[in-house]
Amino acid sequence: MDSRTQEFLEYVQSSGQVETGDWMPDEYRSKLVKFIEMHGNSELMGVLPERDWILRAPTLQRKLALTAKIQDEVGHAQLIYRVIEDLGKPRTACLDDLVSGRSKFHNVFHYPTRTWGDVGVIAWLVDAAAIVSQKALLKCSYAPYARIMKKICWEESFHILHGRDVILAMVTGTQEQFGLVQEALDRWWEPLMHFHGNPIPADEDPMYIWRIKSQGNEEARQQFLEGYVPQIRELGLEIPDPALRKDEGTGRWLYTEPDWEKLRAVVTGHGPASAERLAFRRLSREDVAWVERVVLSEAA
Amino acid sequence: MIYEVFRQERKGQPFQHAGSVEAPDERFAEIYAREQYGRRQESAALWLVRRDALSEIDDFPDEFDLKYRRVDGYSIKTRLREAREKAGTLETAPGGEP
Repeated sequence: MDSRTQEFLEYVQSSGQVETGDWMPDEYRSKLVKFIEMHGNSELMGVLPERDWILRAPTLQRKLALTAKIQDEVGHAQLIYRVIEDLGKPRTACLDDLVSGRSKFHNVFHYPTRTWGDVGVIAWLVDAAAIVSQKALLKCSYAPYARIMKKICWEESFHILHGRDVILAMVTGTQEQFGLVQEALDRWWEPLMHFHGNPIPADEDPMYIWRIKSQGNEEARQQFLEGYVPQIRELGLEIPDPALRKDEGTGRWLYTEPDWEKLRAVVTGHGPASAERLAFRRLSREDVAWVERVVLSEAA
Repeated sequence: MIYEVFRQERKGQPFQHAGSVEAPDERFAEIYAREQYGRRQESAALWLVRRDALSEIDDFPDEFDLKYRRVDGYSIKTRLREAREKAGTLETAPGGEP
C-alpha cells in the first residue's frame, strides 16, 4: 500500500469523511460502488414482492399504505443510484448489470410472498433488519451516502410501523389470520438470519476496514435479535429455532448456525424467486424504454 | 442534467443541501424534486440549482496568520491582571481573577 493510500485509510478509520471530488484510492471507490450498488439494487428489487400485493391488500387503507411504501423504496433506489453516478458509474450501467445478473441484490428479495402474512413480516421484520444496517451507514466514511441515509432511515421508520400494524391486526384477528403470520415467520426466519451476512470478524471485512460500514455483520445481527426477538415473542408467535436464546452471562444471542452456503447461492441468483424477479425487471425496463426516449427527445 | 436540491424544513430556517435529482430539464427537475423531497409535507420550500451553475470554494489558506480576526487571537488575561494591579482593584474585581 502506498503512503497516500495508507494516509487515506488512517483518515477514514479515525472517522474522517470523504466527499465526491476528494482524492480516493481506486480500491475504496470500487468497494463503495459495489456496496452502494447492491443497496440500490435491493431497494429496486425489494418492491417487486410487495407490488404483487397492491391489488390483493385487504382494505383500501392498506392498498394506499403499501403503494406509498413502494414509492418510498423506488425513491431510495433513485437517490442511491444518483450517489453511484457521482462515483462514476451511470445508472443505465447499474440497471444493465442488475438485469444481467452481474451485480447482486439482498437475499430477502429472492423469495416469493405467499400470503398477506408475508407482506406484514417483510414490512415489519425485513425492514427492521434493514434499518439496523442502515442506521450504521449514517456514519459511512463516504459523506454523500451517509447524508442520503438520513432521509432513507426516516422513511423506513414508517414502514416498520406499517408492518407492525399489519401484523398486530392479524394476530388479534381470527385463528386463521394468526396462523398466516406464524407460517410467514417460519418461512422468513432463515432469510432474516442470513440478512446481515456471515459472521466475518469486522477487522477482516473490507467494507468495515474502509469504514463504509461502521459495524461488523454479527454485531448487526445481535442488535436485530436484541431488539426484535422479545417483540415477536410477546405476540405469542414462535420463532422456528429451538436453539435461540440469550446468554445472560455474555448478553449475546445464541442461535442455530444458518447455512451460509445457501446464502451465497441465493444472492448469486439461485434463490426461489431470483429468475422470475429478474425477468420481470428486464421486461418492465423494455416496456418503459419508450418513455425515456420521448422525454429525452422532447427535452433536447 | 443534474440539479442540486436545497430544502427548507420550516419557514425561517436556512436552506440545506438535501441531495440531487437528474432530469432532462427544469420542468422535470421540479416534478422529481417535489416527489423526492416534498411528498410528506416535510419541506416548506425547495431550491433547485443546476449543478454546473454552482461554484465551489473549498480552500481557505491562512498565509498571513489572520487570527486577529477571531476570538482565539486575543489573550487578555495577563494584561487585564496588570491593569487591575495598577488600579488597585485586583482584590475587588467583579468575578475575581480574570
